[in-house]
Amino acid sequence: MEKNIIYARPNPTSATRPVVFNPEICTGCNKCVNVCQTDVFIPNPIKRKPPIILHPDECWYCSPCIDVCPKDGAITLNYPLMWRIPWKRKDTGKHYWYGMKNPPPPNTRPMP
Amino acid sequence: MYKDGNLHQWPYPIRYNQETEVDTDVLILGGGIAGCWAAISAAKSGAKVAIVEKAATITSGAGGSGCDHWINTPNPCSKVTAEDCIDWERENANGYINGISRYIAAKESYDTLLEMEQIGGKIRDTDDEFVGADFRDEQTKFLFAYDYENKFHFRVWGKTFKPALYKECKRLGVKIFDRTMATSLLTDGGKQGTKVIGATGLNSRTGELYIFKAKATVMSMSRHSRNWAFSSELTGLGQFRPNIVGTGYAMAFRAGAQFTLMERSVRGNLSFGISYPSYGTGNAMNTWYPCTIVDANGKEIPWTDRDGKELTDFPQRTHPAKDQKLFAERGMAYKYRRPDITPAMQDRVKKGEFALPLYADMTGMSKMERRAIWGLMVGNEGRTPVPILKTYSQAGFNPDKDMLQNYLMLGGDWLRGENLSYVRIGGEGPGDSGGLVVDWNLKTTLDGLYAAGDSLFAGNYHHHAAATGRYAGRKAADYAKPMNNVKPTRRQINQEKQRIYAPIKRKCGIEWKELNAGLVRVMQNYCGEYKNEELLNIGLTWLKDIEKNVAPNLYAANPHILMRALGVLDILACNRMIIHTSLARKASSTYLGFNRLDHPKIDPPAHHKWVTLQQENGSVKTGELPIDFCGDMESNYEAHK
Repeated sequence: MEKNIIYARPNPTSATRPVVFNPEICTGCNKCVNVCQTDVFIPNPIKRKPPIILHPDECWYCSPCIDVCPKDGAITLNYPLMWRIPWKRKDTGKHYWYGMKNPPPPNTRPMP
Repeated sequence: MYKDGNLHQWPYPIRYNQETEVDTDVLILGGGIAGCWAAISAAKSGAKVAIVEKAATITSGAGGSGCDHWINTPNPCSKVTAEDCIDWERENANGYINGISRYIAAKESYDTLLEMEQIGGKIRDTDDEFVGADFRDEQTKFLFAYDYENKFHFRVWGKTFKPALYKECKRLGVKIFDRTMATSLLTDGGKQGTKVIGATGLNSRTGELYIFKAKATVMSMSRHSRNWAFSSELTGLGQFRPNIVGTGYAMAFRAGAQFTLMERSVRGNLSFGISYPSYGTGNAMNTWYPCTIVDANGKEIPWTDRDGKELTDFPQRTHPAKDQKLFAERGMAYKYRRPDITPAMQDRVKKGEFALPLYADMTGMSKMERRAIWGLMVGNEGRTPVPILKTYSQAGFNPDKDMLQNYLMLGGDWLRGENLSYVRIGGEGPGDSGGLVVDWNLKTTLDGLYAAGDSLFAGNYHHHAAATGRYAGRKAADYAKPMNNVKPTRRQINQEKQRIYAPIKRKCGIEWKELNAGLVRVMQNYCGEYKNEELLNIGLTWLKDIEKNVAPNLYAANPHILMRALGVLDILACNRMIIHTSLARKASSTYLGFNRLDHPKIDPPAHHKWVTLQQENGSVKTGELPIDFCGDMESNYEAHK
């Protein structure tokens, strides 16, 4: 049985995961690392593993990292809780918001 | 960040103190929109060009992740002239505009736009997605924003621009040094005030030093920032570009260049660290103009014209008022003021006429307007195509059916929240900030140094960065042609090395965030909304103390943190520039956001002028220039272009 080690690590910044990697899809090509405006990532020392988010506090949420990624779904934007905006469906009056449980189906036709 | 309780080793080779020399004809400092255009223009003029960019040029800078509008551009679909463009800017700014760069932009912005298309940017509705729209010119397929009658603000697919500019730079053989922060200008003989002969640059991954030798240099590193406001918690989560800290200004100031308008500041807001995703809340301004806004019960909030009269139909939002020649993209000057959501909105909410929360209701607008605002504008503006359009769509948002909520109903501006008197900004969003003084060649007061984009005093906007970059690039190339590279002095390089590597020589000390926060506090307290001589002098004294006794303890654990730390030292330099200039303006001014309790007369005619600032032999010197020192714009432009 593996012993669960507790570490004395400092307080994290308020938004720790500005982007989220899917390790099943990400190939560790590091294109995102090299396009990041604020250089928030470092390549993972283990090859083919997703980059490490070294400076989550410096992320500007500009997202060329997501655009440049060659594998759909490998990296997604993750708005911190204080940056989530709701909207209301006009005919039903129901509210939805980014990150909700049981979200509505994705709108696959963004251009109206 | 942590691996088994330990920190990762720095993944890039450490090369502190290592020097690499680069010879070039034209050196571009800052690879943003202005910088890339300057590089392309200089290269097309036959010069060997190098770009020094702190991030990755392909999508760096304010215009890197997109652009929705190319504004203020006279063109064949419009009767608007360059003089009209200058007039509305002048009216809004009470004369405090850069007549030189704004006129150049007005004259050359359309040609620049066409060149953007040649380079690979999409500037017109070639896919016919907007056929029949009121804002489309059927012949050219151009789409327009704001004033549909006068058609001089273009709606563009600006997400395509920066990557296309980058590709063009590469195609033209421009040498691009990414992850390289420019740190100082090199001058002839290593003296202050002499010709600029190059620059030093620090690689933010390896810490190695680049020594760039150039025959001409273009300063395109944008303006100052984070002087009054800073979120030490989330340095990236703000409205403005986190890489921009005024390093370009600090560099040019140390080299002896002249600045003006540095005393200007306006109330800022909590965009530093808290706010909301850019254009990611329902609103009716800029990218979202002229969206319908409704209250919680679906009741429409009225739009009003410049006289406060409620509009009765949609087209009135996009056509000038009766007796109005044209309306401007922004600004309060009556002559050109555009329609807006009623200024009485907040009062009427408080009185109970409208119920909170408010929403941007695209569902009730025409399909073409909905497509324009959401699909095109939000689809192309900086930080919106993926963060807003794609992300919200994936989360289920549908502009045909859904209304996006707005939080900022009872104070401040639509987009960014309550404006606070002590959280000031140098200009940025609502106006234009101080910067480098230039002549009609866009040359600064230092030979060999040109300026473009937001580095120009009172410079702003994408189209202005593009047009002035393009102009400065060819001027720099022309200047460079007969020149030889000058060898920089060893002493100047060594002094710079000592300065920039100091933070890595110690094992602990004050970190960059604390230093920035401390500097911001000085400005908030001693150079805030209300100033006087005593406050400003205390501010200067404290800044001098910080420079002498605190900054030497600055600590950087690795090259990335070193980059951030050096950036904060440049903020300190800009803060001193702002306070010195503030001391020299002995009158108050509405447009300049400048209130001197000891000189309370607002905009007295004798003080309608520019206050200049520079260093001479290490001493700060202030002076003045007449408000219209740019001279007759048409004849000067024709003589110099």
